[in-house]
Amino acid sequence: MAKTGTEVVKRGMAEMQKGGVIMDVVTPEQAKIAEAAGACAVMALERVPSDIRAAGGVARMADPTIVEQVMKAVSIPVMAKCRIGHIVEARVLEAMGVDYIDESEVLTPADDKFHINKREFTVPFVCGARDLGEALRRIAEGASMIRTKGEPGTGNIVEAVKHQRMMQAQIRKVQAMSEDELVAEAKNLGAPYELLLEVHRLGKLPVVNFAAGGVATPADAALMMELGSDGVFVGSGIFKSENPEKFARAIVQATTHYQDYELIAELSKGLGTAMKGIDLNTLRDEERMAVRGW
Amino acid sequence: MKVGVLALQGAFREHERIFSSLGAETVLVKKVEHLDSLDGLVIPGGESTSIGRLLREYHLIEPIRELAADGFPVFGTCAGMIVLAKRIHGGEEPHLSLMDMEVDRNSFGRQRESFEAELDIREIGEEPFPAVFIRAPHVVEVGEGVTILARYQDRVVGVREGNLLALSFHPELTDDTRLHQYFLKLIEGRARVTV
Repeated sequence: MAKTGTEVVKRGMAEMQKGGVIMDVVTPEQAKIAEAAGACAVMALERVPSDIRAAGGVARMADPTIVEQVMKAVSIPVMAKCRIGHIVEARVLEAMGVDYIDESEVLTPADDKFHINKREFTVPFVCGARDLGEALRRIAEGASMIRTKGEPGTGNIVEAVKHQRMMQAQIRKVQAMSEDELVAEAKNLGAPYELLLEVHRLGKLPVVNFAAGGVATPADAALMMELGSDGVFVGSGIFKSENPEKFARAIVQATTHYQDYELIAELSKGLGTAMKGIDLNTLRDEERMAVRGW
Repeated sequence: MKVGVLALQGAFREHERIFSSLGAETVLVKKVEHLDSLDGLVIPGGESTSIGRLLREYHLIEPIRELAADGFPVFGTCAGMIVLAKRIHGGEEPHLSLMDMEVDRNSFGRQRESFEAELDIREIGEEPFPAVFIRAPHVVEVGEGVTILARYQDRVVGVREGNLLALSFHPELTDDTRLHQYFLKLIEGRARVTV
């Protein structure tokens, strides 16, 4: 009688995260700080993206011990990352009872052609996208939530802004098209026609659409909400700042009250130094994570 | 009729959409001043710890409690049920602490155990209700004034205590509007009494 892993249940889980902040954590202690600050979920990792960048080499799924410890430490949902196309890492995380899997470009891709067929899983997936075509290809594979890719681990919001603006502009364009124009647009975007038709009718993606990749301050989080994001992922931005507890609380509040500028001014006072950040012009092409995935 | 939807975090847009489709005016509630001249309030699904934290941060707890004590209708779904409960299993500090019941969080398991099922709810008619349970709580025990509206297997998943209504599941994620209509009737009933 009860049906698990349905589209409604998987997408619905992401609906419950809206207006919230999902924080990267690498220890159970950090997970508790995130929960107490009001995070709506945590992403359990071995290293935050800026450390993955610094460490170099192949980045893989986290040690299951860390994921398990985080799951025990908090009552909010726990997400974890698997490599693009790594079906077995995803199955392992599902078997452990992780609440959401991020098939993530932050890790080194395991398959250079195919993403995971996420429809076959009971656990829901979130995937990164730079534009509408990429978002709809991921949804066609069964992603229940989309986030911008941004440029992870840089503390630089410019790429996330670019990706969210691109997606919103393409959605507005598709919304204004006649149905016969949509077939050509589907070809143009490399997106399934049926999903494009849904976007045309809804005026938004058929799943929740978060911002990620470069959020470092409360104002960054509010900016992404202003641009039409449903919520925010913060990776290195919290636990690489001078005062993680304060940053976490301030970013949660700025996300809820993203149009209350006096409040954001208050929240931003005396926070200490944000994570250092990287000018993207100094990154070599092979150091860019956003270009991973297709 | 003006229905407030608490919009701190969670699926508040879905409730807004359904109440609008039923002809009610909706207001997103983020601060105390948004509570002015409302006829009822919805606490949506989301993360109860996030919502609880922000309710405290913005001093919304006492004003909502005062309104509810006065007969103001409040409707909580999933996280909203947890926020309304007087007792939370495991000793976690309660939030609005309005309904005489104990709830158990995530009592059906983690996300992979989340499910859809059909429920018989007499108050809204013969037709079963398509219920979506997402990391859902259930009601462990209720006080005398609480009426049980719905059960799933042996667990209580829908309750009413006078002007307060709480569900473990998410009617806002379906196209069935009967439970939202039921809440609007609670509001209407109250309006008649106070006139």
